[in-house]
Amino acid sequence: MTTQVIPKPSKPWEVTVKQRAATGSLIALAVVLAGVSVKFSGLNGKLGFAVSFFFIATGLIFIQQLRLRDLQAAKDALLSSFAMLGIVLTLIPIVSIVSTVVIKGYKGIHPSLLFKDMALNSVNDPITEGGLLHALVGTSIMVFGALIISFPIGVLTALYLTEIRGKLARPIKFLVQAMSGVPSIVAGLFILSSLVYPVTKELSGLMGSFALSILMIPTIARTAEEMLRLIPSDLREAGVALGATQWRTVSGVVLPAAKSGLVTAIILGVARIIGETAPLLLVSGGGDALNMNPTSGAMGSLPYYIWKSFLTGGTEEAFARAWGGMLVLLAFIFILFGLARFLSGRKVG
Amino acid sequence: MTPSENSNNESNMEKKMQTTTPSSLASVAGNREQRVPGTNLLGTGLETRGVHAWFGTKHVLSDVSLDFAAGTVTALIGPSGCGKSTFLRTLNRMHEFIPTAALAGEVLLDGQDIYAAGTDVTKIRLRVGMVFQKPNPFPSMTIGENVLSGLKLAQLKKSNTDDLLESCLVRAGLWSEVKDRLGEHGGALSGGQQQRLCIARSLAVEPQVLLMDEPCSALDPGSTFRIEETISELAKSMTIVIVTHNMQQAARVSDYTAFFLSDGGPGIMVETAPTSKIFSSPMDKRTEDYVTGRFG
Repeated sequence: MTTQVIPKPSKPWEVTVKQRAATGSLIALAVVLAGVSVKFSGLNGKLGFAVSFFFIATGLIFIQQLRLRDLQAAKDALLSSFAMLGIVLTLIPIVSIVSTVVIKGYKGIHPSLLFKDMALNSVNDPITEGGLLHALVGTSIMVFGALIISFPIGVLTALYLTEIRGKLARPIKFLVQAMSGVPSIVAGLFILSSLVYPVTKELSGLMGSFALSILMIPTIARTAEEMLRLIPSDLREAGVALGATQWRTVSGVVLPAAKSGLVTAIILGVARIIGETAPLLLVSGGGDALNMNPTSGAMGSLPYYIWKSFLTGGTEEAFARAWGGMLVLLAFIFILFGLARFLSGRKVG
Repeated sequence: MTPSENSNNESNMEKKMQTTTPSSLASVAGNREQRVPGTNLLGTGLETRGVHAWFGTKHVLSDVSLDFAAGTVTALIGPSGCGKSTFLRTLNRMHEFIPTAALAGEVLLDGQDIYAAGTDVTKIRLRVGMVFQKPNPFPSMTIGENVLSGLKLAQLKKSNTDDLLESCLVRAGLWSEVKDRLGEHGGALSGGQQQRLCIARSLAVEPQVLLMDEPCSALDPGSTFRIEETISELAKSMTIVIVTHNMQQAARVSDYTAFFLSDGGPGIMVETAPTSKIFSSPMDKRTEDYVTGRFG
């Protein structure tokens, strides 16, 4: 009689402590060598250290893999090192921007900011005086207006490219791609010369929405097109085979299936325009007073509030105000995106 | 093919089956009660007259004339690329969904050419439903909404949708499995259940013909068995045309079988006959080679 011995569960594919220690000591060696190379060569500063550390660490790991295993494994490790470098290079600016804005911006934040405007205050006033209500409201109105104009146009363009696939699909696709490269100041000047001077003769939030739409439509159209292409044509066939017209199939099957993709299109579109300053300076002016009417009068915006605080002030208070405006803008974007994801994810899936 | 010819064929077939050794498939087909056309009020069925099909300049289907008598199940068999799916898609005008497609010939539904000028294509597809190879429930809809989606999409008015929902799911053999979870999404079902959901969905608009394009090719044997039961049940009230690569399936579910073949050129319909005859004593050497597994 032998009793059955149940083996201990193990994970032989995992990196062992010994291997970890070996890699760790190589990294430590690379730090030392990098320090030495900074000291005895022309390289200096944090950047010199980072560059020499990366090349020394990569080289050491390459040699380690080459000795332990073979050239294939060493090349694999080399690729991993460069991928890590890519991640770090991407994260540095993001982390740096967010942390700087938070660290510098919290001084420029005061609860009363959200309830007051700058009609009677200078940017040099203490933070407790004046506020950015007008800017927050102005940005919301203009972005929302631009979204209302751009979303239907962008989605209809995408539907023409993916569903109707007419003769003009190719040139239109090319035009949309070209349009996404239009500089924002050009969009502002276009609205200024085609609508503001000849027609309204007045700066307004609506003109701001029009200028932003020019920037937003290509982003929405291109993203929506990509998202609609992901919908399997099986679903379109199923809809049509049930006796639906093309329009009913698109509205009843294709668009609902692409819902979360269309929300992504909105998010990318809003992200494209929410920080735009140049076209708004031209066509909606820079309002300092709260203006709820998009059809008449200058309208403030958060980027304008930041720009003005930075350039026209010069005092500690003005800089704090500018950084505070950035923090509010960042928080506003995060809240909008979170809300969009929440709304799109709630029903589907 | 008129009913009298059919009965002649059947009696001939029975004589032959006594003299020749029936293959196992033929006995499968022969064991089942043969549905006789013309014994119901389902219209006069579907006929094709000299149907050719092209994709661009490539001629993929040549001169197919076939009758689908009302209330029967017809299987289309043949090796891959022989045009049987293309032929199936000409029967409810899904062929033209592909931009380069072209067609010649007539498809008569109750004697009317569905390609005649002025025909409303959406009305044709309401009368000739379709189930696809891959289960494709609408992902944005619940199980219940999926079943009734045809009404919404084709803008049909139905007074008692709850009864219709239940009867469609019962006929598709899915009711007992989903009756407590009609509010869940279709994607939560297994592949076989999804395919039966798609069958239920096509039943809701009450088609008189149901086309099935390899409905079981992505499913396991258990689900396949359930769908074959469903097909037998449905055949009492509608005309069914099924494309299948599985000859056992053709033998189990169909009354008539048509064999398609392509020799590199356009696909042709080699032979059509009652299913038990196709599997026991086909007229054409090529059919015999195919059903006995010598090629394809």
